Amino acid sequence: MRKQILVLGAVGALALSACSGGSSGTPKPSVPTAVGDGEGALTLIEWAGYVIGGHAEPVPDGGYDWVTQFETDTGCVVSVKQGLDSSNMVQLMKTGEYDGVSASGDATLRLIAGGDVAPVNTDLIPNYKDVFAGLKNQSYNTVDGQAYGVPHGRGANVLMYSLSDVTPAPDSWSAVFDPSSPYKGKVTAYNYAIYIADAAVYLMATKPDLGIKNPYALDDKQLAAAVDLLKQQKTLIGKYWGTAQEEIDGFANGDMTIGTAWQYQANTINLDSEKVGSVLPKEGATGWSDTWMISSKAKHPNCMYKWMNYIISPLANAQATVWFGEAPVSDAACAEAEKLSPGHCDSFHAKDEEYFKKVWYWNTPRKECLDGRGSICTDFDAWTKAWTDITGS
Amino acid sequence: MTTPDTALPPLPDPPDSPARRLSGALHRRPAIRLGGLLAAPLGWMVLAYLGSLVLFLITSFWTVDSFSGNLITQPSLSNYVEIFTGEVYRTIALRTVGMAALVTVTTVLLALPIAFYMAKVASARTRGALVVSILLPLWSGYLVKVYAWRLILSQGGVLNGVLEPLGLHGPGYGEVAVWLVETYLWLPYMIIPIFAGLERVPGSLLEASADLGGRSLTTFRRVVLPLVLPAVVAGSIFTFSLTLGDYITPTLVSNTKFMGNVIYDFLGVAGNQPLAAAYAMVPVVIMIAYLLVARRLGAFEAL
Amino acid sequence: MQVSRGTRIALRIATMLILAFIYLPIAIIILYSFNASTVATWPIGGLTLDWYAKALVNEGIRSALGTSILAGMGATALALVLGTLIALAVQRYAFFGREAVSFLVILPIALPGIVTGIALNTAFHTVGIGLGLFTIIVGHATFCIVTVYNNVLARLRRTSASFEVASADLGADTFRTFRRITLPAIGTALVAGALLAFALSFDEIIVTNFTAGAGIQTLPIWIFANYSRPNQLPLVNVAAVLVLVLSIIPVYLATRIANGDGAGRT
Repeated sequence: MRKQILVLGAVGALALSACSGGSSGTPKPSVPTAVGDGEGALTLIEWAGYVIGGHAEPVPDGGYDWVTQFETDTGCVVSVKQGLDSSNMVQLMKTGEYDGVSASGDATLRLIAGGDVAPVNTDLIPNYKDVFAGLKNQSYNTVDGQAYGVPHGRGANVLMYSLSDVTPAPDSWSAVFDPSSPYKGKVTAYNYAIYIADAAVYLMATKPDLGIKNPYALDDKQLAAAVDLLKQQKTLIGKYWGTAQEEIDGFANGDMTIGTAWQYQANTINLDSEKVGSVLPKEGATGWSDTWMISSKAKHPNCMYKWMNYIISPLANAQATVWFGEAPVSDAACAEAEKLSPGHCDSFHAKDEEYFKKVWYWNTPRKECLDGRGSICTDFDAWTKAWTDITGS
Repeated sequence: MTTPDTALPPLPDPPDSPARRLSGALHRRPAIRLGGLLAAPLGWMVLAYLGSLVLFLITSFWTVDSFSGNLITQPSLSNYVEIFTGEVYRTIALRTVGMAALVTVTTVLLALPIAFYMAKVASARTRGALVVSILLPLWSGYLVKVYAWRLILSQGGVLNGVLEPLGLHGPGYGEVAVWLVETYLWLPYMIIPIFAGLERVPGSLLEASADLGGRSLTTFRRVVLPLVLPAVVAGSIFTFSLTLGDYITPTLVSNTKFMGNVIYDFLGVAGNQPLAAAYAMVPVVIMIAYLLVARRLGAFEAL
Repeated sequence: MQVSRGTRIALRIATMLILAFIYLPIAIIILYSFNASTVATWPIGGLTLDWYAKALVNEGIRSALGTSILAGMGATALALVLGTLIALAVQRYAFFGREAVSFLVILPIALPGIVTGIALNTAFHTVGIGLGLFTIIVGHATFCIVTVYNNVLARLRRTSASFEVASADLGADTFRTFRRITLPAIGTALVAGALLAFALSFDEIIVTNFTAGAGIQTLPIWIFANYSRPNQLPLVNVAAVLVLVLSIIPVYLATRIANGDGAGRT
């Protein structure tokens, strides 16, 4: 029995090595020149709340339905898989069973480098020309001048705080990082390696001699400083949050009174009555702009192109971004958003490029520094291990 | 005893058929019978399950290109060096094994009284009702139960609501919470084998022990416990392994990491399957050792 | 009377306390299925029956429940067949590697779910099977085999092989012997094994995550997905309560059948 297993193992190992040997030089997928008729189906990986209606996510009370119109117009029946986090999305895309994904910046570059997504011919997407300039040609969605997707929206990771327990209103991340913070034991943070960038943003303001220019470009010394800060923060933490619901629960149940959040959580908590405030602290913040990307193995590429055009069309984008709580991608979408929720674009600073200059969109840390210093930076692998070190020690 | 040939007429020969001929062939060739029995299940288990398990573990000797996520199939021990030299991995492994052991001990202590009551003291009807009530929570959903515990343990939750007027405070989120929740989740898996094991202990033994002057505790310690030990070990296989690999509960009720989290993070977050496989060897080796010991203690017959 | 009165009382109290421990979270689950608010806070905000009404028309719950039941039945059937085959082989024959078989059968359930899940996922991809209901069933069956195997093995040990030999002497072929002699003897063991196998499959999330494809949801996966949809939280509790209620009768019947022949009690 044992000998048979060894033989099997050896054969299997040989087979695997033969298979994967060929993929080391991934050929660049070619860009289509025209969009044909829809193939009748579309499978998407989404963040929860991004694809609602039709055959996708069910429409909640008071919510909008932007998928039914798409399915009616194009005949593409949409089915969705919710990604748990960026890395889960990368993993799912690697299976090749999905046509598209709403990838955050900490996933996009990994997908591009891994050959899991195809470049996008933006000429085939009529609504693309109306998208705000600040969302195009960004380092997380464009490589060598070639676009790899269309933006869904953008938002900042805000500092959310309980109105009753936190006074005066905070304006600095020191409330969650300073060891003498009065909120010890009730602080929360995002339980994911990318949160290291938030520590880096704080260090950019409080320890400028570390020389951090981009919170996603950290060399060993800078990463170590961020890790120290986060280990110190752990003594303040009541509970980390991984999903929006966990944070909403945490604030509702008194486990958390202050911490980083997506506007979505703040909006949801304040639906009944105003219980939390949210602010972009003076040091700036991390944020995200999610990109709809098409799989290099997409079985329904035409439907995906149609989707990419549809999700940035004014009404659909307005519905999606008002619902989730993020800034829409174009003037026309803003106009539609005003009808759904007056003041939406202002509160999300949709047209305020100065605001977003203080927002560091989620990006993928790589050895090749994002600020151009050369190959001395730490990559996401190192960040993941650092996060394990911070939380697991 | 009457002699055979006076009593019954001879049975008629059964009709011939393809099934009978196949059956006859099988009867004459025990090896083929054996092969037929084993082919399907072993085929799946060995080739598919075991084979892919071995493949997965073989990847622990490979590495991954950290940016593209593609496998580099050159054999290397770097993953193992990394997990053996990293202090945090040792800490996490010890924490997890310790928790698994603690949960196992706690479930045994909780299961013994109720299992004994069900097996030896309760009336048949009560026993039936108790068995159903032990099994029923298995159907209410793992995640739903963990979220119910979050409501119990949170700062503004049920436990604090009861304790605070008394001036006390619940444990909140953390390792104590993990211990409570894991004990709760796997308790039925310990009660059932112990109950089945206790059922097999003849009541006459207990009576004999009492007749010989043994009081309850002595009887329990010297008669029941040795007989029910295989069942206890059998149940512990479940509680130990389920706690060892769990990553969902630690994330929901604590701020720390257990072995399952590390494997999941390496695999899902970092996309580093080789490193995940290397770390996965730790619980695999632990469980194989555990199973070997359990088998010696007779647990496999008591599952 | 086999145990002293003091011990009986102590045991009765212990049992009640432990039952209370087991059912406290269940009580909370039931209570919060009536939660008027979409956030679960203590004390409960308000009560409503709305979520039950919504659950009955909710497409997601129904299809997830259906998938879970189908997967459970499929996995149980597969486990019954495979587990019985292996048990018969191990009990009635001596062959090389017999010791290892027990070990092999228990491995899927003893190793961490994430390892089993990844191994199965790799197996399916290597063989080229697309992920879907079939792979869920096969995945579940892999770790459910052990429950059937162990029950049948234990029963076969207590059943003499001489009945089967006698049956053959009387002219029955292999299949008839199995159908009329062996099967009834192990019947209740099969039911006990099947009950536990179904429960294992029904509540499984970790391995299922790795063996279910896009668009297919078992109930645990549906629950998992819904915990990130803040607007429908009580719906999850409703689903759990409905499943609890629906399973009372089948579980009761199954335990009656499994203990039916009262074998082993003296």
